[in-house]
Amino acid sequence: MKLTLADRGFRRAATVLALSVVALTFLLACSMVVNAMPSIQKFGWRFLSTSTWDPVKEVFGALPFIYGTIVSSILALAIAVPVSLGIAIYLAELAPFWIRQPLSFLIELLAAIPSVVYGLWGIFVLAPFLRYAIQPFLSRHLGFLPLFQGAFYGVGMLTAGIILSIMIIPTISSVSREVFLAVPFAQREAALGLGATPWETIRLGVLGSARSGVLGAIMLGLGRALGETMAVTMVIGNRPQIAASLFAPAYTMASVIANEFTEATSDLYLSALIEIGLILFFVTLILNIAAQALIWKVSGKAGRGRGA
Amino acid sequence: MKAVYRRRKVVNALMCAVVFLCAFLTLAPLISIFGYVVSKGIASVNFDFFTHLPKPVGEPGGGMGNAIVGSLILVGLSCLWAIPLGIAGGVYLSEFGNSKLGAAVRFTTDVLNGVPSIVIGIFAYTLFVVPMKSFSAVSGGFALGIIMIPTVMRTTEEMLRLVPATLREAAFALGINQFRTTMNIVLKTALPGVLTGILLAIARIAGETAPLLFTAFGNRFWHQGLDQPMAALPLQIFVYAISPFDDWHRQAWAGALVLIAMVFLISIVSRIVIYLRYRSFK
Repeated sequence: MKLTLADRGFRRAATVLALSVVALTFLLACSMVVNAMPSIQKFGWRFLSTSTWDPVKEVFGALPFIYGTIVSSILALAIAVPVSLGIAIYLAELAPFWIRQPLSFLIELLAAIPSVVYGLWGIFVLAPFLRYAIQPFLSRHLGFLPLFQGAFYGVGMLTAGIILSIMIIPTISSVSREVFLAVPFAQREAALGLGATPWETIRLGVLGSARSGVLGAIMLGLGRALGETMAVTMVIGNRPQIAASLFAPAYTMASVIANEFTEATSDLYLSALIEIGLILFFVTLILNIAAQALIWKVSGKAGRGRGA
Repeated sequence: MKAVYRRRKVVNALMCAVVFLCAFLTLAPLISIFGYVVSKGIASVNFDFFTHLPKPVGEPGGGMGNAIVGSLILVGLSCLWAIPLGIAGGVYLSEFGNSKLGAAVRFTTDVLNGVPSIVIGIFAYTLFVVPMKSFSAVSGGFALGIIMIPTVMRTTEEMLRLVPATLREAAFALGINQFRTTMNIVLKTALPGVLTGILLAIARIAGETAPLLFTAFGNRFWHQGLDQPMAALPLQIFVYAISPFDDWHRQAWAGALVLIAMVFLISIVSRIVIYLRYRSFK
C-alpha cells in the first residue's frame, strides 16, 4: 500500500513518541548506575556483605537493609501465597457465578488503597493488635523458636510482613486466577469424567498445568513486596539490625532510602543510597522479566505488574 | 473401599472450605481499613479541613487545604505530559505494534511498570532536583508521570484493539487516510475505555507518596510556584501519622479518608465502565 505524506508523518510521530518511553527507561537505568558509581567503586562487593552504616565516618554496608527486605518479603509471601491461591481457586473454579465479579472486585480494591493509608492503619490498628493479642499468643505457644522470642514492640518485622502480604494478595490472586482460567476446560472435564471430586479435579486438572504461571504470579507479588516503601517504613521500626526474632524492629532497603535520602549531605552518602536503589531496580527488573515469561507460557498474555 | 471414598469426600469438603475461607477472610483487612478510616476520619473532615492551612502543634483545628491543592496540581502536571505520551504510545502499539520493535516497546513498558516507585523518585531527583538545586513541584509531576505512562499506554492499546477491524476497513474503503481513521474513528470509538484507563492511572498516582519524598518534598504553605517545594495529601498524611501528637493523628485519619474516598470513587467508576464496555464488545 502506498502511504500518503500525512500517513507517513503520523506513523513516524507515533513511533518516535513510543520510542521516547523506551529511551526514558534506559535513561532511568543509566542515571541510577552513574550516580551509584562513587559508592560502587569505593566499597565494591563489600557493600552487600558488611553491616556498618556510618554516615559520619562514611563507611557504608547495606547488609541489614538487604536482610530486612528479604526476610519481610519472604514472610509476606509465606502468608500471601497460600491465601492468594485459595482466592484464585475459589474465584476461578468453585464460586457461584453471581459472586465472582463482585468478590474479585472487592479483593482488587485492596490494591487501590494507597500505601500511606496502609501505613496509617498499620501504626494505629495492626501494630497494637499484634502487640497485645497475637505476639503474646505466639510467644506463649511457639516461644521455644528463636523466631518468636523477645519483647513485644508491635512495630517490627512481623508487622511489616503481614502488611506486605495484604498488599500483594490482590496481585498474586488476580494473576493466578487468569492463569487458571487459561487452562483448557477439557482437562477439568476429563478429570470429572474419571470420577474425581471437585478438589481432585482442581489438583489434577488445573494446578499442574498452571504451575509455571502461578510461579510467575508469585514473582510479580515478590517484586511488589521488595519495592514497597511507605507502609513498611511506617511499621517496621527502622532499626538497622539483623535479629533472629520476628518481633524485633528491622529496616528495609526502600525504607532507608525514604528516611535518609533528604538528609544525605555528602556525595558518597547519597551515592550509597542510590546504589541501594540500583540493587532494588535490578532485582525487581529480573523478577518482572522472569514473571512475564512464565505467565506468557501458560496464558499467552502478559500479566500486570502492580495490580492497580 | 468405603474408607477411601469417605476420605476423598472429606478432603474435598475440607479443601473447599479452606478455599472459601481464604476468599472471605481477605475481606477482613479491607473492611477494617475502611471502617477505621471512616470512623476516625469523619470527625475532622469539615469545611475548614479543605480551606485552611495546617496549624502548628498544640493549636486545634486547621486543615490540609494546601496539601489537597498541591496534590491536584501535581496530578495535573503529570497528566499534562504523561497522557499525550501514553496515548501516542498506545496508538503506536495497537496500530503499528505488530513488529519486533512493537514487542520491544511493549516489553519496556512492562519493565517500567514494575520499577519500584521509590526508584522513580531517585531518578526524578537526579534529573530535576540536582540541577535546579531545589525540591520542586515540577520534579514531583515528572516522577508521578513516569508511573502513569505504562498504565495509560497499555489500556489505550487494549481499548483500541477492541475496536473491530471492520470499522478501520470501512474507513479505508471510503478513502480516509490512516491518520484520520485512527484519530476520528478508532480513537473516538475507544474513547470511554481510554478515559477510564487514564482515570485508573490518576487514582494510582494520587495516593503515591514514596516518589514525592525527595521531589515535591512537602510545604507548609499554599503553593508558591512550580519551581518550589509543594505540599501533597499523601505526604502530609505520612508526616502526621509518624508524629507523636494526637491532634496530628486525627488530621492524618481525616486526610486518609479524603484520599481513600477520592481513589475509591475514581477506581469504582472506571472499573464499572470498563466492565460494561468489555461486555458490550463480547
